[in-house]
Amino acid sequence: MTDVQPLRRTLPRIPDRFAAFGALLIVLIVLAALLAPWLAPYPLDEPRPLERLQPPDAAHWFGTDQVGRDVLTRILYGGRTSLLIAGAVLGVSAVFGVALGVVAGYAGGLLRDLIMRITDVFLAFPALLLSLALAVVLQPSVNTVILAIAVTWWPWYARLSASVAASIATRPYVDAARCLGVPAPLIILRHVLPNSLTPVLVQLSLDAGGVILTSAALSYLGLGAQEPTAEWGLMVQQGQTLFTTNWWVVTFPGLAILLTAFAFNVLGEGLRNALDPRRAVK
Amino acid sequence: MIEVRDLQVRYGGRLVADVPQLDVGAGECVAIVGESGSGKSTTLLTLLGLTPDAEISGHVRVCGVDVLTASPRALREIRGARAALVMQSPQAALAPATRLGTLMSRALKLHGREKVDQAKALEAVLLDPGILRRYPHEVSGGQAQRFAIALAIALGAEVILADEPTSALDVTVQAEVAGVLRGLRAERDLALLLVSHDLALVSTIADRVLVMKDGAVVESGRAAEVLAEPSHPYTRELLEALP
Repeated sequence: MTDVQPLRRTLPRIPDRFAAFGALLIVLIVLAALLAPWLAPYPLDEPRPLERLQPPDAAHWFGTDQVGRDVLTRILYGGRTSLLIAGAVLGVSAVFGVALGVVAGYAGGLLRDLIMRITDVFLAFPALLLSLALAVVLQPSVNTVILAIAVTWWPWYARLSASVAASIATRPYVDAARCLGVPAPLIILRHVLPNSLTPVLVQLSLDAGGVILTSAALSYLGLGAQEPTAEWGLMVQQGQTLFTTNWWVVTFPGLAILLTAFAFNVLGEGLRNALDPRRAVK
Repeated sequence: MIEVRDLQVRYGGRLVADVPQLDVGAGECVAIVGESGSGKSTTLLTLLGLTPDAEISGHVRVCGVDVLTASPRALREIRGARAALVMQSPQAALAPATRLGTLMSRALKLHGREKVDQAKALEAVLLDPGILRRYPHEVSGGQAQRFAIALAIALGAEVILADEPTSALDVTVQAEVAGVLRGLRAERDLALLLVSHDLALVSTIADRVLVMKDGAVVESGRAAEVLAEPSHPYTRELLEALP
């Protein structure tokens, strides 16, 4: 007897497999970045003018750049910068945005209006444009990139968690807590916040790729990490004029950005499918 | 314990509850019956000051506190500690990711009653203390409802407000919860205000009954009399709807 169960059973697992695949990629990328000093075949800053613009070969897997630095080495180290930026931006945005959003969502009324209108003001600026302005005003550096992107990123978390918190606030267990005389700050901390975190988690993993892309874009425009910091966007920018003659200088850092953004998106998408009961296949 | 005079609750100008008089003394049980949307739940929530968006007029005293004019702090002190609310969907009323024991300890701590014997409160509602180690999704509806009542007892509630306490439960479990409520009322001199459309439950537990329809009280009186000889056509309809 042919059993239809296996197919039906595998279907719901597909999203989880995607998530697992994304998570695996991210673990590999993070490990590569963390272990850069041991994995990298060459020291980070060792220009070898005689070996400049070598195409990929056995000695330099990803070739060398215009001053003779090993591209693979710089990509491995560059991952540290990109992941640091992504982690810092999302950490700051999530903590700040979620804190404001949860309070706004739970409190409702005037307080919510106030917080959400401030949020709207920040949302009204195109993210990249505001980051550009900030990066121009401040000294271009990795810290500037983090600050600039975080300023444009937190409102999304405020908005997301405000809407989730508003729906949590009407759950019977929140009413029950209110009936027990639990003060509002405690209700927010113990009930609203922990139960609002799932969508934030999904959003974080979906956003990580976007932050890395944005930071690469800022660096590419010369407003982020500065030479000799190894950073993917900066490497793409410096290699772009060589694309037709020495494709490897720009292609490999570009692929690194693509792969990382892809991995985070796959993880986020998978998490969303796995955690959203409405999408779950029974 | 509960004293209501000329209470009118409006949402956006629309009158949703109009209760001229409602009194519940210690050891007494009063039931508000009526169909969904008749204003009975709104009345109940108003007694604990839990209808922040409503326009309310009249006088409401619960445990001697004027609910409509009390400070948020004074309200928090009555809620739970002196007047406890038992809700319709018992499991949904328990925070999903918290063990029942943690919930109870926190509630007791909040009202400065850490020393209360939790096991004893659970015993009063025929629950095993082992339930404190469980999560809300691991207990049945009847257990959750009895836990909610145990919590009210542990907190030393003098008044229990029950909003459809049995409607989400199986018939056998309904009887169990009704039995617990009845027993407590007698033993602890609790004032019990019950909102229900379950006339069978009401007839076994309530001393007096208020019948509400479209926000207004259409009939009130001793439970036995109202249920035996209803004077208002709506009450007769409700009674005829009984299986």
